[in-house]
Amino acid sequence: MIADLRPVAGTHAAVWDVAATVCDPEIPVLTIEDLGILRDARVTESGQVRVTITPTYSGCPAMDAIRDDVTAALHRAGYDDVAVRLTLSPAWTTDWMSDDGKAKLAEYGIAPPTGKAAAGPVRIGLSVKCPQCSSLDTREMTRFGSTSCKALYVCNACREPFDYFKVH
Amino acid sequence: MSEASATRITPGNALRPEDIALLETRPADAVAQYALGLGDDALILAQRLGWWISRAPELEEDVALANIALDQIGHARSFLTYAGRAWDRTEDDLAYFRREPEFRSVHLVEQPNGDFARTIARQLVVALYQWELYSRLAGSTDPTLAAIAAKAVKEVDYHRDHSIQWVLRLALGTEESRRRMIAGLTLTWPYVEELFADYPLIDALGDAGVRPSSLRAPFDAAVQAVLDEADLELPAVPGAVGGGRLGRHSEHLGYILAEMQVLAREHPGASW
Repeated sequence: MIADLRPVAGTHAAVWDVAATVCDPEIPVLTIEDLGILRDARVTESGQVRVTITPTYSGCPAMDAIRDDVTAALHRAGYDDVAVRLTLSPAWTTDWMSDDGKAKLAEYGIAPPTGKAAAGPVRIGLSVKCPQCSSLDTREMTRFGSTSCKALYVCNACREPFDYFKVH
Repeated sequence: MSEASATRITPGNALRPEDIALLETRPADAVAQYALGLGDDALILAQRLGWWISRAPELEEDVALANIALDQIGHARSFLTYAGRAWDRTEDDLAYFRREPEFRSVHLVEQPNGDFARTIARQLVVALYQWELYSRLAGSTDPTLAAIAAKAVKEVDYHRDHSIQWVLRLALGTEESRRRMIAGLTLTWPYVEELFADYPLIDALGDAGVRPSSLRAPFDAAVQAVLDEADLELPAVPGAVGGGRLGRHSEHLGYILAEMQVLAREHPGASW
């Protein structure tokens, strides 16, 4: 999914690769490419660099910072005329998160999403693995957590609370 | 670069309509008016919910209601940004520099928070209604409305679940929590009627919008399922006079706007 989006042509791919270095300010171990927020990068015929990003949640406050960071990264790379645009369609889903991204998330202490959003709503509780001690004996404290995209869990084995990146 | 925006954490970078990649064209006036109503509903509800931060019965609920409010702000920003494109106005212009009669929100969202149960009753109605609405609006012939709705419905699904869990918890909890839940529903119910009243604009929309009256049956079924599970009766109260979609509001909206708009009007163009 992620690999499909990276442009084939060298000029566009170069822009993509610069934008792909930008991290989510709230989850600094993940790039916007890992998260599936980066949707498109190209150089128009007039020489303008145009990057398209999509918000994880409608109210995600990180989008403004991400847009500024992408612009700054491209300026540093020598591109002067930069436009970062938002698209809402197709709606972002955790299914776009790369496996590499999920691994980095767990290492950082946030449990990655389990299962697939595309499967439709799953009302049974899939076990969420504790990122601290790997126990599957965990419980949801509150479905709403520190950011829109996360829920707060607690591990019954090591007793530590942790964030869980919700399937969406 | 764009004008600075009061909702921006990074100065000089307001979300302009042209930043939304989908928006290649201006919405027709009817579509813009329709988006304005939906945006206003989300905005006023978010403002109401924000009051609970630090006041909810438990910390997790502070976070939950704040998150729900944040989602609603996101929906409001999308709808208002799109509506504003028809009239060359930004989301901030519409949120902070319109007067009360220019708001198109329904009366339900401006109702007082009351106690926690009353807020949950309002949330139940809003979430079930928005879920039915956005599910269908995702099929709108207007690509931007369809995109906003498709994104919003996934978020509203969480709101629905949150309110249903609390209705069950309160209704089947203690005598006191049950009494409060029933009182909350009774106070909320007069404002249900207006959500499903067709207004003149709807005829001009065609398949770009959703006819409110068409949502009544699925909404009623969804409500009944929750009430059955919670062992509650449908409140038998008459409907209140609406008119929010035409700019006629209750005494509550003015106070909400005063608080919401005061800073932007005191420091026009400021950002932080």
